[in-house]
Amino acid sequence: MAAPLTVLLVNLGPLLPEHPIEIILGIVLVLVITWACSKFIVPRFENMYHERSEAIQGGIERAEKAQAEAKAALQQYREQLAGARDEAAQIREDAKTQGAQIVEEMRATAQAEADRITARATAQIRAQRDLAVGELRGEIGGLATSLAGRIVGESLADDARVEATVDRFLAELATQPARSTRVGDKA
Amino acid sequence: MSHGMLVPLEYHTPGLDDFKFPGTFGVSWMDKSFWQIIIATVLVIGLWLWLSHAMKVVPGKRQVFAEYCYDFVRNTLVRDIIGPGFRKWLPYLLAVFSFVLVNNWFGEFFIFMFPTFSHVGYVYGLALVSWVVYIVAGIRAKGPLKFFKNSILPPDVPWPLWILIIPLEFLSNFITRPVTLALRLFVNMFAGHLIIMIFLVGGGYLLTYSGSPLYNVTGGISILFSFALFGLELFVGFLQAYVFTVLSAQYVATSISSEH
Repeated sequence: MAAPLTVLLVNLGPLLPEHPIEIILGIVLVLVITWACSKFIVPRFENMYHERSEAIQGGIERAEKAQAEAKAALQQYREQLAGARDEAAQIREDAKTQGAQIVEEMRATAQAEADRITARATAQIRAQRDLAVGELRGEIGGLATSLAGRIVGESLADDARVEATVDRFLAELATQPARSTRVGDKA
Repeated sequence: MSHGMLVPLEYHTPGLDDFKFPGTFGVSWMDKSFWQIIIATVLVIGLWLWLSHAMKVVPGKRQVFAEYCYDFVRNTLVRDIIGPGFRKWLPYLLAVFSFVLVNNWFGEFFIFMFPTFSHVGYVYGLALVSWVVYIVAGIRAKGPLKFFKNSILPPDVPWPLWILIIPLEFLSNFITRPVTLALRLFVNMFAGHLIIMIFLVGGGYLLTYSGSPLYNVTGGISILFSFALFGLELFVGFLQAYVFTVLSAQYVATSISSEH
């Protein structure tokens, strides 16, 4: 079966294939298995590995995303908290100044009111005193005249004299303003 | 003694004739090794298909085992040697490894008890495929001219040495590589089977030899020792499948790498 080869070479012994078709068989069968491997077996494994690495990577990415979100939320809360603190301080400050302002305003108002009341009272007192002084002037004139007439017993027909007497009397009265003012204050 | 009850085994020296089997269906080449290699093919494809069906991201027991086997070939034998772009050569190398391993272990497997690749023809076929694969890989990676030039003349060789280097490199890359690839596998299987046969046939003959009890003891020890040899042959079968695949991958790696 392999006579031409043995003629050319030394006797190969067991190195000479018993049936040369075994060479073809070996080639064909290993190619058949290779085909099955490349068509089914290797893609199955590789696809599964790909899916697995995707799943792991996806999980890691999800976890990273969640962590980033949590960090952002924390940052936001911190900022909000700091803002709230600032705001509270601001409000407190405002309230303080506002309170001081209000107190100041109230004080000013009260002062003005007090001044106003004082002024009105003064004016009223002055008016009443003037009124009283006027009334007194009339009454005292009459009273003094009639009293004087009764005491003197004479008819004071002479108007000129009477008038002169009254005027002199009043002038005397006017030289004592302090006393009359004190009387008005007490009233 | 029990000698009288046993018919002594006839002794014949194990030799080349023990590797020859009659053909079936009147076809001389459809012998034992033919059926073994057919069964091995079906077995390899069937096993891998069963191992790889319905794969999930979270593996079950079968899949863990499948991944362990697959990763051994994929990572240790192919990826670590070829590097980036290994995926293209993975189907062939996976096929070669499982095919050689199953056929080698047939030598220790109870139904067959014969390593298929102790028939040299199949091994020549396999080595030829590996040879074509790495030449094709080189041509595809660099183009035919550059690949052959790089293969027979390594870079930075001073020109006076060319007359020495070119024939040597040609021999080493295109002749020695496939021949050694084939012979290494074949001879390991052939010799391993022969040794086991010698221990078993010789041991059986000595054990049943009626004449000297010392021979019987020696025969018993010899048969016991053949079990250890079975273990060794299991290892050698694995090792040869490993070596064949690693070298095939190594050849592909050198032919597609840029500097060689």
